[in-house]
Amino acid sequence: MIRIAAETPWYDLFSRGARDWLRHNEKVRDAVKDTLPELLASSDLMTGPGSRSVAVPVKFLEHARLRLAEAQVNQGAGQGRGEPGDVLQPGREEGGEQGQAGGTNDGEVRFVVELKLDEIVDWLWEELKLPELKPKRTATMDQNEYTREGWDKRGARSRLDRRRTMKEAVKRHAVQGNTALADPEPLSLVNDDLRFRQLVKRPSPATSAAVIFALDVSGSMDEAQRRLAKQFFFFALQGIRRQYSKVETVFLAHAAQAWEFDESQFFQASSSGGTVTSSVARLALEVMEKRYEPSRYNVYFFYASDGENAAEDRDEARATLADIAGQVNYSGYCETGGVATFRPRDTQLAEIFSELKTSGLAVGTSHLASQDDVWSAIREFFTEQSKE
Amino acid sequence: MTELEDYGERIDALAKRLGLDYYTVDFEMAPASLMTEIAVYGLPVRMPHWSFGVRYIHQLVRQSMGHSKIFEVMFPGDPCRAFLMDGNSTAENALVTAHVLGHADFSKNNQLFARFHAMAGSNIVETAAAHAHRIQLAIESHGVEKVESVLDAALALEAHIDVTGELHRARYAEFLETKDKAPESQFQSRFRQLPGADAPVAQKNGQVRAPVPPHSEYDLLWFIANYAPELEQWERDIFLMVRTESFYFYPVFACQIMNEGWASYWHARLLREADFLPQPLYLSAIKAHSDVVRPFASGQQTALAINPYHLGFTIWERIVEKHGLERAREVRRDEDDFGFIRNFLDEELAEQSGLFVYETRPGDEIRVATKDISAIREAILAPKFNYGSPRVAATELKHDGSLTLVHDHASDGRGLDATRAKRVLDYVHRVWRRPVKLATANDKNEAVELAA
Repeated sequence: MIRIAAETPWYDLFSRGARDWLRHNEKVRDAVKDTLPELLASSDLMTGPGSRSVAVPVKFLEHARLRLAEAQVNQGAGQGRGEPGDVLQPGREEGGEQGQAGGTNDGEVRFVVELKLDEIVDWLWEELKLPELKPKRTATMDQNEYTREGWDKRGARSRLDRRRTMKEAVKRHAVQGNTALADPEPLSLVNDDLRFRQLVKRPSPATSAAVIFALDVSGSMDEAQRRLAKQFFFFALQGIRRQYSKVETVFLAHAAQAWEFDESQFFQASSSGGTVTSSVARLALEVMEKRYEPSRYNVYFFYASDGENAAEDRDEARATLADIAGQVNYSGYCETGGVATFRPRDTQLAEIFSELKTSGLAVGTSHLASQDDVWSAIREFFTEQSKE
Repeated sequence: MTELEDYGERIDALAKRLGLDYYTVDFEMAPASLMTEIAVYGLPVRMPHWSFGVRYIHQLVRQSMGHSKIFEVMFPGDPCRAFLMDGNSTAENALVTAHVLGHADFSKNNQLFARFHAMAGSNIVETAAAHAHRIQLAIESHGVEKVESVLDAALALEAHIDVTGELHRARYAEFLETKDKAPESQFQSRFRQLPGADAPVAQKNGQVRAPVPPHSEYDLLWFIANYAPELEQWERDIFLMVRTESFYFYPVFACQIMNEGWASYWHARLLREADFLPQPLYLSAIKAHSDVVRPFASGQQTALAINPYHLGFTIWERIVEKHGLERAREVRRDEDDFGFIRNFLDEELAEQSGLFVYETRPGDEIRVATKDISAIREAILAPKFNYGSPRVAATELKHDGSLTLVHDHASDGRGLDATRAKRVLDYVHRVWRRPVKLATANDKNEAVELAA
C-alpha cells in the first residue's frame, strides 16, 4: 500500500543546514581570533581610518576522521572507452613534487571572513584584560562643534521643526478664540507659525593624541626584528585609538641620521651604517615642538631598536631621550632580537631607559624576542599607563 | 485525488501483481531545501553538528553547478517513509514512485536490512528525530561547547562499529570463567588415596577479573560508551545515539549498488508495464530513467567513477535474463554488494560496460591500469571494506584508565593519515579524559604511536 500526504509547508521555515553552517562560521571566527596577531602583522593596517576591517581568507574547518595515508598510487574503478595504458589525464608539467600530491581536494574551497578592526581590538583588550588609558587633564584641545540651540522664525527649510510649528499654530488659534477641538477644519498655518531649528558653533573639549614611532633601521635590525616592532607599534596604536577621538601618527626611522617617513615606506626603510639614537630623538623633539605641542596633545613616544647605540652618542642620547620622556605622556622602549633570555641584555639603550624609569619618568621598557613578547609588552605598557 | 495519487495507486497495484513485497510506503512532498538537507544529513531530522554545515554548503555549491539533482529519498521501515520533490514533474514523480517501491521491496527482504529492522525497530526517521531532540536538551543544560566536543568524538568514530555484532550488547563478563578441572585419571585417584599424600590445595583467589577488553574490540562507539572512565550519562547517551544511527546507515552503505540497481530495474519494468500511463508522460519518465542510469555525464566518453544505478541495473538485468526472477529474488535476499559484485559481475558484463581500473600517480597523471576482472571488482569494492574506514580496535584499558587503540595496518596495507588521526585522537581524549594512544604505521611502514 502507498499513501501520499499533502504538502507540509512548514518544511520551508527552518533550515538545519543553515543553522549548522552558522555554527561552523562561529567556530571559524573563534579560530581566526586565536591567530589574530599574526594575521594582523602581515597586513598593512596601521594608518587607519580608511579601511577599518580585515578580510581573512579561511579554509572550511574539517571534521577529522580516521583515514588511511595517501598512497603513492591511487586506484579507482572507472567506466568508458579506454585500454590499459591509455592516459586519461596528463600529469602536470612540473609534476613529481611530492608535497603537491599530498593535498586533498576537499579543503580547496575557501571563503572570506571579514572582521572589523574595532571588534578585533575589543576582543584583544578583553582577552588581555587591559585597562583604559588616562589622558592628561590639561591636554584637551578645543574643537568647534555645531549644536542645536533655540528656534527662529527664519531658516533653511530642512531645519523646519514641524512639531514646534504646529504648536505655534494651535496657540495662535486658541488666542484667536477658535478651539482646535471644536473646529473640524484643519489648522491653517501662516508664516508667523513657522519655527526653524538653529545651529550654534560651540567649542567643545576634545582629547587628541599624537603617537611618535621611532624605529632603528640600521644594518643590525633584521626583517624579523622589524616585524616584531611593527606588531608592537600596531597594537599600541590601536589601544591609543580606542581612547582618543583624534590620533595622529608620526613615523621616524634612523640609522646614523633620522628621517620622517609615511607609513607605507616606514617598515621597508633600511639602511646600513651606524646607529645614532640621538638623531631620532632630536627629530622627535623637533616634530613635537612644531606640530604637537605636548601641553595641548597627549603625546606617546615609542622607540624600537636592538639596543646597540654608538658609544660616543651615549650622553647625547640620554639627554635627548630624557627631554622627550619629560614632555610626553609616556615613552616606551622595546628592544628586539637576541635570544629569548629571562632579562634583556644590558645594552646601552636599555640602560639609559631604565635609568630614566628609576628617576620617576613615565617610561616603560620591554624586550621582544618572539611573538608572545608582543603581548606582554602591550600589557606592560597599558597597565603602567593606567596606574598614573 | 491528484494525478500523481491516481498513478501511484495503479503503480502500487501493478507492483503487487508483479510480486513486489513491501511494507506500506508513506509518501510526502517536500520542498527542494528539505531534500538538500536530507542528502546532507542522511535523515530528515538529525542531530546538529557543525560538520553538517560544511557538507551543506558543498552540496549547495554542487547543486548550483548542476552536478547533482535529487529525485527522491526513501527511509526503510514499517511504514517506509519516502520524500518526493515538489518541484519535479509528474512524470519524474511517477518514475520515483516506482523506484521507491523497488527500494521498499529490497529493504523488507534483504537480510542486512531485515537484521537492522529487527534490532532497532521500524521507524528510523522518528528515532533520529528523538535523538536530535535529546541532544537539543543536552545543549540547553550543558552548553553547546560540551555537547559539541562529545559529538566531535562520536561522529568522528561513526563508522567504527561492529557491523556483525548486535545493536544491543551486554557488557563483557566481569570475571574469567573458572575452568573445569580435567577429570581425575585413575592413577591420580589411586595416588590421592595413598597414605601421606598431601590434600590438594584449594585455589586461593576465587574469581579472576577478566581483562578489558577481553579481545580486540572494533566497536569503538560501544566500547567508549561503556568503558570510558569518566563519561557522564548524557555523554554516553550521545555515543549510543550516534551508534544506533550508524547501524541504520550500514545496510544502506553496504548494499548501495544492489539496492539502487534493484530499484532502477523495477521502476523501468513497472513503467514499461504500466499501460495506464499516457504516452507523453511515459516518454518523459523513460527519459528521466535513462538520465539516472547512464554511466557518464552527457558529452563524456569516460568517467572516473562508477554510477551505482547503472552498474546495479545492468547486473540485475543480466541476472533476471540468465537465471530468472526467482533466482534474482534470492540474490536480493542473501547478498550485499561484496557478494553481488564478486558473484555476478562477470568478465563479459565488465567488457560490455567498459569497466576498467585506473591509477593516479604523483603529478596527477591518470592512466587506465588494467581491465582484469578481479582487479575491477576489488577496485569497486575497495571503498566499501569495513564501512569505508580503517580497521582500528581498542586493545587495552589499563589500570590508570588509559586506552590503547591499535590500527591493523597490515591488513589495511598502510598506516593512517597522521594529522587526521592525531586530531581524532584529540577528540577522543576530550571524552575519555585519560591518556589515549593509537598504534599505526608511518609511510615507511615502521610502527609508530600517536598519543593524546
